[in-house]
Amino acid sequence: MKITLKIWRQANKNAEGSMHSYQLDNVSEEMSFLEMLDLLNENLTAGDEEPVAFDYDCREGICGMCGIVINGSAHGRYESPVPTTTCQLHMRNFHDGDVIEVEPWRAGAFPVIKDLVVDRSAFDRIIQAGGYISVNTGSAPEAHSTPAPKRLADRAFDAATCIGCGACVAACPNGAGMLFTSAKITHLDNLPQGQPERMLRVKAMVAAHDDNGFGGCQNIGECASVCPKEIPLESIAQLNRDLIASLFRGDGRAQ
Amino acid sequence: MTATTRPPASNPYYTLGAEIHDTKAPAGPIEKKWSTRKFEAKLVNPANRRKLTVLIVGTGLAGAAAGATLGEAGYNVHNFCYQDSPRRAHSIAAQGGINAAKNYRNDNDSVYRLFYDTVKGGDYRARETNVYRLAEVSASIIDQCVAQGVPFAREYGGLLDTRSFGGVQVQRTFYARGQTGQQLLIGAYQALERQVDAGTVTMHSRHEMLEVIVHEGRARGIVTRDLVSGEIETWYGDAVVLASGGYGNVFFLSTNAMGSNVTASWRAHRKGAYFGNPCYTQIHPTCIPVHGEMQSKLTLMSESLRNDGRIWVPKNPDDAEKDPRDIPEEDRDYYLERIYPSFGNLVPRDIASRQAKYMCDDGRGVGPLVTEVTQEGETQQRRRGVYLDFTEAIARLGRKAVEDKYGNLFDMYAQITGEDPYATPMRIYPAVHYVMGGLWVDYDLQSSIKGLYVCGEANFSDHGANRLGASALMQGLSDGYFVLPNTINDYLAAGPFEKIDDMTQASQEALESAVSRIEKLLAVKGTRSVDSFHRELGAIMWEYCGMERTEEGLKIAIDKIRALREEYWKNVKVTGVNEDFNQALERAGRVADFIDLGELMCIDALHRRESCGGHFRRESQTEDGEALRHDDQYAYVAAWEFTGDGSKPVLHKEPLKYEAIELKQRSYK
Amino acid sequence: MASTSLSVHQKAIRSNVAKKALMAVTGLVLICFLLMHMFGNLKIFVSPEAYNYYADWLKHDLLYPILPHGWFIWLFRIFLVVCLVLHIYLMAILWNASLHGRGAKYVRKNRKEQTLSAKLMRWGGITLGLLLVFHLLMFTTGTITPGFAYAVHDPYHMFLGAFSQWWVVLIYAIFVAVVCMHVRHGFWSAFTTLGANVGPGARTVLNVLAYFVAALLFVGFILPPLAVLLGMVS
Repeated sequence: MKITLKIWRQANKNAEGSMHSYQLDNVSEEMSFLEMLDLLNENLTAGDEEPVAFDYDCREGICGMCGIVINGSAHGRYESPVPTTTCQLHMRNFHDGDVIEVEPWRAGAFPVIKDLVVDRSAFDRIIQAGGYISVNTGSAPEAHSTPAPKRLADRAFDAATCIGCGACVAACPNGAGMLFTSAKITHLDNLPQGQPERMLRVKAMVAAHDDNGFGGCQNIGECASVCPKEIPLESIAQLNRDLIASLFRGDGRAQ
Repeated sequence: MTATTRPPASNPYYTLGAEIHDTKAPAGPIEKKWSTRKFEAKLVNPANRRKLTVLIVGTGLAGAAAGATLGEAGYNVHNFCYQDSPRRAHSIAAQGGINAAKNYRNDNDSVYRLFYDTVKGGDYRARETNVYRLAEVSASIIDQCVAQGVPFAREYGGLLDTRSFGGVQVQRTFYARGQTGQQLLIGAYQALERQVDAGTVTMHSRHEMLEVIVHEGRARGIVTRDLVSGEIETWYGDAVVLASGGYGNVFFLSTNAMGSNVTASWRAHRKGAYFGNPCYTQIHPTCIPVHGEMQSKLTLMSESLRNDGRIWVPKNPDDAEKDPRDIPEEDRDYYLERIYPSFGNLVPRDIASRQAKYMCDDGRGVGPLVTEVTQEGETQQRRRGVYLDFTEAIARLGRKAVEDKYGNLFDMYAQITGEDPYATPMRIYPAVHYVMGGLWVDYDLQSSIKGLYVCGEANFSDHGANRLGASALMQGLSDGYFVLPNTINDYLAAGPFEKIDDMTQASQEALESAVSRIEKLLAVKGTRSVDSFHRELGAIMWEYCGMERTEEGLKIAIDKIRALREEYWKNVKVTGVNEDFNQALERAGRVADFIDLGELMCIDALHRRESCGGHFRRESQTEDGEALRHDDQYAYVAAWEFTGDGSKPVLHKEPLKYEAIELKQRSYK
Repeated sequence: MASTSLSVHQKAIRSNVAKKALMAVTGLVLICFLLMHMFGNLKIFVSPEAYNYYADWLKHDLLYPILPHGWFIWLFRIFLVVCLVLHIYLMAILWNASLHGRGAKYVRKNRKEQTLSAKLMRWGGITLGLLLVFHLLMFTTGTITPGFAYAVHDPYHMFLGAFSQWWVVLIYAIFVAVVCMHVRHGFWSAFTTLGANVGPGARTVLNVLAYFVAALLFVGFILPPLAVLLGMVS
């Protein structure tokens, strides 16, 4: 099939960007969206034009590296019948003659590096602030010494499947990183091992979230709707409960 | 010894060097070796640790675990990865699970049995001492991960669930639905980020290692390229750890991440690190078949699917186009159950893969016709796929139970193929998945360059000629959490070493080499894209150095690769400049290294005139078509030394001694 | 950044989530007030005396004799103004954070979850603030008196006079509609911010309740003016 692509091209962080049009023939519907971009890049290279920069790695929807806004929705969520990452979106969801608009994640906390590539290191900094359980290697007790209720362990798992792609931030009208942050909170809070640091963790992560320039949540639900891993919106309520409770505890008072 | 299998004395492809041996594993009974080694290794006073710098390349299970653990110990760690975040490393894609000798099931499991299974599964081409240690520390890995908050599957009582996994008869595999690798990596990543916050680890993402700096025989630093700005930087330390993963992408189409590459390992190899058993490649039997020409990678589905799914092809080639549901039971050939009655669909990966290939070679494959060029140079059309059928499992367990167990895999299949696996059988075909080969290391995980350590898939160590399911995660974490942090101190105790900087000759040479290579790549300005070369290399490797290898085929492959290399450096087209985010340039450097590696893999495969594990030589098989080893001649690790561009590599043999386990021909019948 | 000298606890207190929690509490207070106000308005259907008596009681006798005559209404007004000011102040801060958080604009947006009321929370809030001022100028201070004479002791006839004019009813209807849209998203959002969205079931319940409260307010507020306009109350 033939398609027309309108792609955001931006030379670097400080350059002005704009949409450019490209024509592609011979797109097969078995291709993934990124394979279609590969094809475009092969054509551009052949024509001595600089290929479009975009992030990708595993191409099986688990590493979280890829992420572009396709026709206005993160990962092209609304082009696909099921939740998806960009790399798992297939061209069979488009039609011959379609015009497809492709943009990078746009958020204050995710500056554009080039074309469709953005800097998501703010997510790492949120994890650094407290998205872990403090246990040095070798100091762990026997795995069966603390049973974890299956129902809670499953809930923890659901939240732990977050791939850190940033679609939630890209889709959020406020550029909030709440779904990401709350997924980690929900993961660790539902396990017995996560209890000792629970109050400090939520304070530290929420503080890091704000320090890194993410906006505030308005409970709109756009984030959960585009999430490729279906992290539920309830995670944010869990974070809110924990944060409010933590304000009445002394954890993190000392500098 | 038979005359037919003896390599010629003068070989056009390589020269034979001196034998090598691992000198680090202490003497004594195998179950005492690791504790003895830990006791004998020199220690570093905690107060001195922050004066010692360790550079770690890669942030997968091995790299992140090592970074976190060394950081906790107080060393000054710098960690590098080419991705935008350490959490993206390809360990994240492992699905099935992680083995550990916990014996929670009371099914006769033990450290010894895990050790035995791993050596046997590796077709007796692994080093006993390393494998025993792997089995020994496996139980601690589970403890560590649970404490970190890894949400393993649990039973209603709140205790950990386990399942049985490819090629073994005990249930020792711990799992987190179909995303075990992801959960383990996130655990290690979080531990790493905790150390970043603590100031012991400095993380450098979007940095690719281009050279090792070897000063006075010691690995003392690395040269990296900042993938955003193009800046070429040097980093110095007292030891360098490579945890840069496997090189399956030499086949272009593999289940590896697109960015996975051999560059770090290959650059170290060129500086003197021996490459161990490069030809040992694992082909995974349950991948989604190729769809077309622009295919960029293959997707694996966990082989846990083989626990409940049944693999078959039509008995009659004419049924290939029929709806599989319309093919009656008596016209189906459940070939694995037929040939291997006791293991059935759970035979090791190499056997399952090869049998699928044979079925398709026999014309009984299913799915779309794919055009191929045969080794004889003819074009032919074949169907490359076999059915993986859950009809019976759905009838027996109910759709709900199947959904709970395999739901995410089924969804993945449906998303990629557009077919509903609950309604029709899935189509699968083998694909390159893992490489057992890698840089040669001793018991301490130190390569043949002093101070250069290699962890995880990047080293050759624990899997021999074939890796068992759920053992890669175990090895990565074992190396990173428990082995390296207890051996590297033996080396670092002699440090800090003399300070070096950009003025040191070794640094200047490494810098110069990295810069000139980039300039050379950009200067070619040819007509073919980097990817087109990569695809061609992959096609050569898959055809001649894939599931089945032959003497003539490998020789053809070597010639073709040499011609490809020549064309590459004359005709590759790399757009853009170095001082920019330039993905074409990144790939160009990696493909150049893959070409060189491909040649060495073929030479290794050619020299090993036996079949073992993932390495199957058509000339060496039993009467019923099984891999036939020649223990009298090939019970050694092939460690290859680089001697310069265009000159023959030197083969060093490390003889494999089996003291705890008796060598046997593997049988899964 | 200046905030780096703060402890984690202090940062958490100043976080957007904490601010939103306060916004949620103040918002819920205002919703309670609206419900009370609406219920009072319905007295118009009982009789002029009942309506006027209720208004008088509210202003002078409520909580008497714990408080002296006429104190309650002022304490209540101060409380509401504090809530309102806090609500608006926090909105301004969070809006600013959102503008930074959102970054550059998309060329094309496709949002499926964002309802009109969610989208209009801020501009709608401002609109309703302005209409509120108009409303107070009419009925509380008597600065603008279209169609009626300001009479503190006879709110019934002020009501009748004002709402016998179609354009006053129209402005009022817009006012009430904007209020209800704001309440619709605000009610759900406030409870979620306070952590009540514990699962898909809770989400449904909260949303249904939000629609119910919004609809109730709309009907309750619009009925009396409509009745006046249509001559059903005179």
